[in-house]
Amino acid sequence: MKPAPFSWHGPASVAEAVSLLAEVGHEGKVLAGGQSLVPVLAMRLASPAHLVDINKIADLAYVRTDADGVTVGALARHRDVERDVAAGAAQPLLAQALVNVAHPTIRNRGTTVGSLAHADPSGEMTCVLALTGGSVTAVSVRGERTIPAAEFFLGPLESALAPDELAISAYFPRAAPFSGSAFVELSRRHGDYALCGVGTVVTLDPDGAVVSVRCGYLSVSDTPLVLDLTQAWAAGPEEAAEVARAAVDPADDIHATAGYRRHLAGVLTGRSIERALARART
Amino acid sequence: MSGEETVADHGVESGDSVHLVPVTVNGLARSATVPARRTLSDYLRHDLQLTGTHVGCEHGVCGACTVLLDGRPVRSCLIFAVSVQGQEITTVEGLGQLDADGDPRSLSPVQRAFRDCHALQCGFCTPGFLTTITAGLAENPEPSREEAVEMIAGNLCRCTGYQNIVAAVLRAAELTKDPDAPNADDGHRHEGDR
Ligand SMILES: Cc1cc2nc3c(=O)[nH]c(=O)nc-3n(C[C@H](O)[C@H](O)[C@H](O)COP(=O)(O)OP(=O)(O)OC[C@H]3O[C@@H](n4cnc5c(N)ncnc54)[C@H](O)[C@@H]3O)c2cc1C
Ligand code: FES
Ligand code: FES
Repeated sequence: MKPAPFSWHGPASVAEAVSLLAEVGHEGKVLAGGQSLVPVLAMRLASPAHLVDINKIADLAYVRTDADGVTVGALARHRDVERDVAAGAAQPLLAQALVNVAHPTIRNRGTTVGSLAHADPSGEMTCVLALTGGSVTAVSVRGERTIPAAEFFLGPLESALAPDELAISAYFPRAAPFSGSAFVELSRRHGDYALCGVGTVVTLDPDGAVVSVRCGYLSVSDTPLVLDLTQAWAAGPEEAAEVARAAVDPADDIHATAGYRRHLAGVLTGRSIERALARART
Repeated sequence: MSGEETVADHGVESGDSVHLVPVTVNGLARSATVPARRTLSDYLRHDLQLTGTHVGCEHGVCGACTVLLDGRPVRSCLIFAVSVQGQEITTVEGLGQLDADGDPRSLSPVQRAFRDCHALQCGFCTPGFLTTITAGLAENPEPSREEAVEMIAGNLCRCTGYQNIVAAVLRAAELTKDPDAPNADDGHRHEGDR
């Protein structure tokens, strides 16, 4: 359980970091909070020759909220995002999902942008980025680009980031007026990755009628799955659950069978929508 | 123990970059030169001879290795020592008062509560619980029983069954407010006592 040898680089700026990444190319990896990467290195599932550690780039440690939404810098720890009052008011789904990410001790170190870059379909924040229609901004020596959520997740543990790119921030749009959100999941033990999780955003019109119901799913597909359940919900909760069960594509593993996860997708869809609706109505 | 610099003579292989890692541990300046892949837990234990921090799973699951980094609890097995150059670390050795040689002289409220409530058996998990609870109570000095359970949810103990550890969180909160608070039930608290 010890990582293989590597060379460590501790750039103090984004410019320095991206020139290092360009230099080391496929031999290099970004080290952010290390809460996913260090276990991978310790188990020697990967052994990059170079680590570009961004923990000294203080400029990236921010959570900014403006009229459009919340921008999370690459060095903002999960816990900083979870506790940011302005961010919580602008996009409540952030904190609703983050409390399900591991334990506080891990959230103290793990970064929200790092978990997006990790692109784990069991990661709550991948689901939130997809459900809110957010984006990730990346920089390399070749320039800067902003990648919408729908194009960011390519497969399990595979993001659209090139090896020489540093994700510098993630953007989560502000919640719409008359909307409500919720995040529910089931895991084997408190703090574990979810067997299945469902995030919901519902929007009402000023008279309180439901105009939109959208759900995001984790641990039941290769990339974050987002379903528009507006019509299905209008036909009733059982119809919404049925659409969810039909759309997910879970796999068997040691934690749960595919069938059980599919069942959960149906049950949790109803719970998540009910909770989001209750919030939208208060 | 002073802030002398030691050069690691073990664990360096070709491909390793080596780095000087100055840190403040329990208020004392310490440093050693180590390979980049040295985890903070191994750095504390092997290079700085602070063996109070225990290593269980080495992949972030058990919490035995929890230390405070600039006051926040983190898994020291999931951080490379080189990443925390210049930062402040508190280990279990630093929770009690320290005398001039850096040895614990008297127990902290959390440590006393563990003794009062019989919150440890083999003691392997204990350093991680003590650091986690110390930070938890600094944030929430009067936890409910439910909040006490939540506070320790990320730490595994294979011996105690947790009940006495939960009791110790509540007792530590009491002792932090009043160091002379009587130990009402001599540590034998059970579900429903509060
Ligand atoms: C016991 C345990 C339980 C956990 N449970 C959960 C859970 O329930 N849900 C969950 O979502 N997560 C969970 N995690 C993972 C945690 O959320 C991590 O913090 C997160 O997945 C990765 O963020 P990080 O900053 O630690 O990234 P790192 O581990 O440093 O990096 C992860 C990957 O992303 C890349 N990367 C990181 N930052 C960047 C960047 N800025 N630009 C380009 N590439 C980058 C790295 O190269 C690496 O490949 C758990 C971790 C542990 C140890
Ligand atoms: S040894 Fe670090 S969490 Fe288990
Ligand atoms: S006291 Fe033995 S593992 Fe906790």
